[in-house]
Amino acid sequence: MARFIGRRLLYLLPVLLAVSLLTFLIASLLPGDLAYAILGDQATPEKLAALRAKMGLDLPIWQRYLHWLWGVLQGDLGRSFRTGEMVLNAVLDRLPVSIELMIMAEVMGLMIGIPLAILCAVKSGSAIDRFFTGFAFANLSLPSYMVAILLIFLFAVQFNWLPATGWVPFSEDPVGNLRSFVLPALTLAFAEWPALMRVLRSDMIATLQEDYIAMAKAKGLRPARILLVHALKPSSLTLVTITGINIGRLIGGALIVETIFALPGIGRLLVGAIYARDFIILQGVVLFVAAGFVIVNFIVDMLYGVLDPRIRHGRA
Amino acid sequence: MTSQPLLSVEGVSVELPTPRGRLLAVDQVDLSLAPGRTLGIVGESGCGKTMLSRAILQLLPKRAALKGRVMFDGQDMVRLSPEALRRLRGPSLAVVFQDPMTSLNPVLTIGTQLIETLQAHLGMDTAAATRRAAELLAAVGIPAPEQRLRQYPHQLSGGMRQRVAIAIALSCEPKLLIADEPTTALDVTVQAQILDLLAREQQRRHMAMILITHDLGVVAGRADEVAVMYAGRVVERAPTPSLFAGMRMPYTQALLAAIPKLDSPPHTALPAIAGRPPDQTRPLPGCSFAPRCRHADDQCRAAKPPLADSGPAGSQYACWHPLQPAPMPEA
Repeated sequence: MARFIGRRLLYLLPVLLAVSLLTFLIASLLPGDLAYAILGDQATPEKLAALRAKMGLDLPIWQRYLHWLWGVLQGDLGRSFRTGEMVLNAVLDRLPVSIELMIMAEVMGLMIGIPLAILCAVKSGSAIDRFFTGFAFANLSLPSYMVAILLIFLFAVQFNWLPATGWVPFSEDPVGNLRSFVLPALTLAFAEWPALMRVLRSDMIATLQEDYIAMAKAKGLRPARILLVHALKPSSLTLVTITGINIGRLIGGALIVETIFALPGIGRLLVGAIYARDFIILQGVVLFVAAGFVIVNFIVDMLYGVLDPRIRHGRA
Repeated sequence: MTSQPLLSVEGVSVELPTPRGRLLAVDQVDLSLAPGRTLGIVGESGCGKTMLSRAILQLLPKRAALKGRVMFDGQDMVRLSPEALRRLRGPSLAVVFQDPMTSLNPVLTIGTQLIETLQAHLGMDTAAATRRAAELLAAVGIPAPEQRLRQYPHQLSGGMRQRVAIAIALSCEPKLLIADEPTTALDVTVQAQILDLLAREQQRRHMAMILITHDLGVVAGRADEVAVMYAGRVVERAPTPSLFAGMRMPYTQALLAAIPKLDSPPHTALPAIAGRPPDQTRPLPGCSFAPRCRHADDQCRAAKPPLADSGPAGSQYACWHPLQPAPMPEA
């Protein structure tokens, strides 16, 4: 097992290197001159040239990449020219907000998706199954800003149960902090449970046809044990994959949801950087998000081995 | 054959919906089995023997329609509640499936799959159940049972997996074991070992057994009674010695002739049964075997022969033109 993990970790290195190169190229190829963006349209050509020389912008692109990569390896992703803030600090400041949102959204999505998937798989073809499968499909076609507005209207405006905006740090007011995450997390969960439910439902229907499920019934096991132990575990590989992709995506922050609910997460940092043409922040955030995505997928790969021992022993 | 039957199957039919229409998988089958006895059910693929076993176990596919009664230990299995059935499966009624590659759960250890059965019915704590599980593995001839408990099915050979499946089936001391082609998926070299293991454990536990197979040779020395199935019906039924002494149904004879003989000279053509089993979504008015039978005439094609009693005690056959009982040169 240790060798298996070690080898998978080794594969990560070239992937991360490619990610850094792509990130750098995309940021460099964006239209707009960084020196011009910093100094504004009143700047003289001499001042622009001087700033370019100071920032190394007049060097060939490969030298600039190596220079930047060397900094990244030392933990220096550069600094925002607007606020002077270190990119790494800016990301680390906002990361806990995005991660808290991501965890709450995934937990809610799985809490809605898994029980409904099991119910529909057991009753496959029945009216209950058709209703929830149809409902999931309808839900999938609702854009998240609409769900957000509906939730705000219901829970914040009509019933006044939860705040629509107003994030407070966990250290100051834990309950208030959690309350401020409920509606945004629910908005994200609404976009996620239909996909989770549909893949788990179809995998579960296939698993329930297996001989080992007939065997489990013939052993006289309780229905709950057959479903939750014998059927759910071998059916959950696709579920784990999709959850992994969702988590990877949400590490980069939920752009729309963080903006609507005014949460100071990575998504808002990214949106702000785009509006301000703050390429350094943009580049740093994209690198960070891409690396996070790669690492989450690595963890998902490891989870396959935990779920299915044949994968673990086959590869080790 | 004198004691009260443990199992009696009375007029059981099973219909399955298919895209081509309703398929009559099992057609009016009557069987009975006394405690401690062995019944062999023989027939080729698709004759309904597996569906019959699933009907007895009440493990039919959701859409299957079952008619008739399955009396087990004085209760009609068809009318039992799911919870009453669950309590019966394991301690009273157990099964060994055909393919041990698919009948064990690939993501749970051997130990988990054995221990959960013991805990579900015998109320053992984990330590006691683990000890018992190791004893059971040792009893079915698995070396180093404590280590095997921690392994997954894919780490064992096919024969070993079938031994594990048998250990699970025997774990709660069932009164009836249904073995559905228990050796078909295995290497020939382990087939005899598994059959001997089943026979030994059956005698030790005084357990009744239904041995389902497509191979008359398998039931020859092991079953007290044999039922031959064709196209969903029992076409011949007799105590094993009288069946082999004089089979009356041409289909049974053709099945026996299709077994390769060791003393035949090399390159002897195997007398296979010509034609194919009938389409069970389009039942024939007459005898289902008529299209493939050398003795068939107009009567066979027009009317279904009933399963009638014949000379020797307990023998029945369904044929208009039965073979004359003649001592077989060898069985």
